[in-house]
Amino acid sequence: MSQIQHAALDQQGRYNQICTRGGSCPPPADGSEPAHCPGHRSRSPRKKWQVFPGRNRFYCDGRIMMARQTGVFYLTLVLILLTCGLFFTFDCPFLASNLTPAIPAVGGVLFIFVMGMLFRASFSDPGILPRATPDEAADLERQIDSAGCSRPPPRTREVLINGQAVKLKYCFTCKIFRPPRASHCSLCDNCVERFDHHCPWVGNCVGRRNYRFFYLFILSLSLLTVFIFAFVITHVILRSNQTGFLGALKDSPASVLEVVVCFFSIWSIVGLSGFHTYLISSNQTTNEDIKGSWSTKRGKDNYNPYSYGNILTNCCAALCGPLPPSLIDRRGLIQSGTPQTVSQSNGTSNSSYASTQLHSNMQGAHP
Amino acid sequence: MATEFHNLQELRHSASLANKVFIQRDYSEGTTCKFQTKFPSELESRIERTLFEDTVKTLNNYYAEAEKIGGQSYLEGCLACATAYLIFLCMETRYEKVLKKIAKYIQEQNEKIYAPRGLLITDPIERGMRVIEISIYEDRGSSGSSSGSSSVSGSTAR
Repeated sequence: MSQIQHAALDQQGRYNQICTRGGSCPPPADGSEPAHCPGHRSRSPRKKWQVFPGRNRFYCDGRIMMARQTGVFYLTLVLILLTCGLFFTFDCPFLASNLTPAIPAVGGVLFIFVMGMLFRASFSDPGILPRATPDEAADLERQIDSAGCSRPPPRTREVLINGQAVKLKYCFTCKIFRPPRASHCSLCDNCVERFDHHCPWVGNCVGRRNYRFFYLFILSLSLLTVFIFAFVITHVILRSNQTGFLGALKDSPASVLEVVVCFFSIWSIVGLSGFHTYLISSNQTTNEDIKGSWSTKRGKDNYNPYSYGNILTNCCAALCGPLPPSLIDRRGLIQSGTPQTVSQSNGTSNSSYASTQLHSNMQGAHP
Repeated sequence: MATEFHNLQELRHSASLANKVFIQRDYSEGTTCKFQTKFPSELESRIERTLFEDTVKTLNNYYAEAEKIGGQSYLEGCLACATAYLIFLCMETRYEKVLKKIAKYIQEQNEKIYAPRGLLITDPIERGMRVIEISIYEDRGSSGSSSGSSSVSGSTAR
């Protein structure tokens, strides 16, 4: 009973599915199972995040989304919370009374900012491009097949952007021609706009919509790390003036742990902030920099067509530019009249049959 | 207005989906949202070229306005950063405001211009801003076999 879908004509002259209730419609193989409330699925209408074809995890009814592997993200959280917790508990009382109470205050503000930016970078949609609907995919296939007589047909398109030739590649998973600067993340199985990199520390891809949060996170985290490092050292020095060095270490053993964590973090995080500052000022993504897409080594006339030419404009555009909305509408309800995207993984035979049918129908409509 | 709406209802009652045309993105100016204004051959018999081009150009202008980088967007960005982005709990971003304007414009164009000609524009935001999807409807009475096959494709396209 569950698999048969009756079709009935609705007012729009299109077939409306009387799809069976929630849990019996086959969900895609990976990743879209909710972490909480499994029992609700069969009773309430399904939301789009529940049938999302990528390998993401969704929490809080689709409000929060992350990558599949989140272990390293929890490590990041633990490291930050532990170090800051130890700092505020063991070092701040001494510093506040001996130096100034502004130290814990500034530390507190920095800590809240870091956590805010981390959550924003981790939990938001990085700019995922939804997969093509079966009609679109069929139309593109038709265009590709009719374009070239040679086998295999070309799966790239060349575009001239501000005078620079850029190749657009066809994504076999999402069945679209990727816009410039977009890339397919193999870990999350999604095409992401302005793809920078997949960050395991943040537990998400870094793309157009969350790059500024990622950048502000690493920038504020470097400031926080330097801040904590400096003031813990100050604390130990001030204490050793009173009780000697070993005595100071015995009085506040947590300081040793903090110094070690901060010392190793500073090298990596400050370095990363510096690298991303360079990327922002030249309007490049990590992906482009690693591949050397715009380097002059590729050709004398090779230049970055997206750069505004001036460092300040590039920085402002990356950090203060308009924030586009999410394209995947995770919390929307699935309407029975809307076309579902082509799913690649377990490939319900319906969708491939659909493409063929529409394909043949469209060929029939054009004699 | 009542006549146009009546046409839209009639369209839906008496017509069946025959074909879909996809207007692709124009990337010649970078990654900003812009659609090609090339007139597709499938629409030649259905709508005047100028009307179609006007619609696409207006949409392109709206998107350019949404993505414009200037004084107002900087102000919004800095204010948002200063309030740790909590301000967006009470306020809409400029992009969202423009998207609402676009939705209204598309609905208006559908009612006044496209539906009377048996066409329907789908808002690009529903297709991930990749394409402008224009559905072409045909009278059910005029083409028996094509409506039969298009209805099959309609159901399996879910």
